[in-house]
Amino acid sequence: METLLEILSDLHPDVDFETEDRLIDDKILDSFDIISIISEVADQFDVTISAEYIVPENFNSAEALYDLIQKLEDED
Amino acid sequence: MLFTSYGFIGFLAVLFLLYYLIPAKYQWMLLLAASYLFYWFANPVYLLYICVTTVSTWFIGRRIEAVRSVQSAYLAEHKQELDKEAKKSYKALMKKKTWHLLLACLFFNLGILAVVKYTNFVISNVNAVIYAIGAGQPLSFVNIIVPLGISFYTFQAMGYIIDVYRGTVKAQDNLFRFALFVSFFPQLVQGPISRYGDLSESLFAEHPRDWSTISLGLQRMLWGYFKKLVIADRMLIGVNTLIQNPDTYYGAYAFLGMLFYALELYADFTGGIDITIGIAQVLGVKVTENFNRPYFSKSIKEYWNRWHMTMGSWFTDYIFYPISVCKPMLKLSKASRKALGETIGKRVPIYLSSFVVWFATGIWHGASWNFIAWGLGNWVVIMISQELEPLYQRFHNRFHVRGSFFFRLFQVIRTVLLMSCLRMFDCYRDVPLTFRMFGSMFTGGNWKELLNGSLLQLGLTLTDYRILFFGLVLLIAVSLIQRTGSVREKIRKLPYWGRFLLWYGLFLCVLLMGAYGVGYDASQFIYNQF
Repeated sequence: METLLEILSDLHPDVDFETEDRLIDDKILDSFDIISIISEVADQFDVTISAEYIVPENFNSAEALYDLIQKLEDED
Repeated sequence: MLFTSYGFIGFLAVLFLLYYLIPAKYQWMLLLAASYLFYWFANPVYLLYICVTTVSTWFIGRRIEAVRSVQSAYLAEHKQELDKEAKKSYKALMKKKTWHLLLACLFFNLGILAVVKYTNFVISNVNAVIYAIGAGQPLSFVNIIVPLGISFYTFQAMGYIIDVYRGTVKAQDNLFRFALFVSFFPQLVQGPISRYGDLSESLFAEHPRDWSTISLGLQRMLWGYFKKLVIADRMLIGVNTLIQNPDTYYGAYAFLGMLFYALELYADFTGGIDITIGIAQVLGVKVTENFNRPYFSKSIKEYWNRWHMTMGSWFTDYIFYPISVCKPMLKLSKASRKALGETIGKRVPIYLSSFVVWFATGIWHGASWNFIAWGLGNWVVIMISQELEPLYQRFHNRFHVRGSFFFRLFQVIRTVLLMSCLRMFDCYRDVPLTFRMFGSMFTGGNWKELLNGSLLQLGLTLTDYRILFFGLVLLIAVSLIQRTGSVREKIRKLPYWGRFLLWYGLFLCVLLMGAYGVGYDASQFIYNQF
């Protein structure tokens, strides 16, 4: 989780990713941010998040995104 | 049958009446019949195209679902004997099967769209090359019917099949229900491009008569007709004069034409969508909103999140994301970060995917270099503003103007002007002329002519200008009120006489100021051509 929070904070240092749970709904993250995150996650976690997983429920909070990464890691 | 024709109003009246007279369980069937009748009125041949797309997409959707059922059954049956690796490779095999089915559906249907819409565009470009190198006889153009709204219904159907492939929606069992989803007549010709998951539930549901919803729908339609008939079709006269005579109307007139077109397009497209959503609301069907006060956006990026939102999200979800996160692109991302450094390197794949999306957005709007230039123009502006972001940040750190009213006003005006400049590509006959007319705004030196009465030579009378001014004020006022919620809901809370005055007044405005009447052919909606 620490690594993920670091990736997110590098992108938007002004956002508290530990508590924020409307990252997509409130348009804090845009499509360019999402691609940057997926690219970083691919490097750091060796997990590929394909397009079908890019839905608000998976990106609205750091926690949801972390759950997705863990799920994909398990599938691998 | 245009939305603005008397025939369409009669068609709606009969439909609304029947819809609430028949048993509710047959309502969706009536809608399907009405949708096909609507399309048949446009041209019976169109039905062939929409049927092919409907049947092929429905069939492949069912096949994908069948493959998935086989997979679930097999995995359940062999739960004990399969280890993790065996399960994984079986899933990969089945995924490949569904992937091939998806590709077949996309190639077939997007192929139809490409052939009917772009064949003559390709031929004209080939001919230009033949002419340039003197290589012989030019190719003949082919006579292909381009079905009304083909870009809209094809995208809607392809969105469905991708969602079925991704497993976000379940494939529709009933061919006729699916046919209604593809052909639902209010949104058939100019969108919104609905998602199956958003539209299907209310489209197939039973809708008991609810006067409050019906009246809200009728009010929305009336507002749409006001925008279209009172503002857009009146403004069209001035726009046509200005853009069809570039030798006479250059410089200041080009600037004026650009602003006129911005207003006309807004009133035309949002008016059309208001009518669409209003009709659907009368029928109890919930259609996704397509606009969110776009001319109040503070940047082009924000503008594209608020204008033609269903098209924007379609391109983002089905083209931008899949390209950006595919394995080759992730590899490119890694390589470019290594070669160009973290900051620049990670933007390379994003900009590349955006390029593809904007090229596709441009050509989706029309088979011409003008639309491609318009799409790529948007891409360039978005990329530049993205690159200038650190500069903006430094500016805001030094000058604390971000929240001030005047700075926000400046941002809004800047965005409207930028978008309007880009839309000049829609207006003029070719790309070089568009650049010439844009340049003439700075070199024309004829700004004083706007004050010598020449505005009354554009086909618009003083009364027309007064009506347009009144319409513009009303549009701005409504948009400002919308910041705090639905205007119609607010009006509902007014006393009876207030509601009566407002709606009856608007009705009279459409009746008295609308550009229509016996012998008058109301213009087609701009987005019908896409």
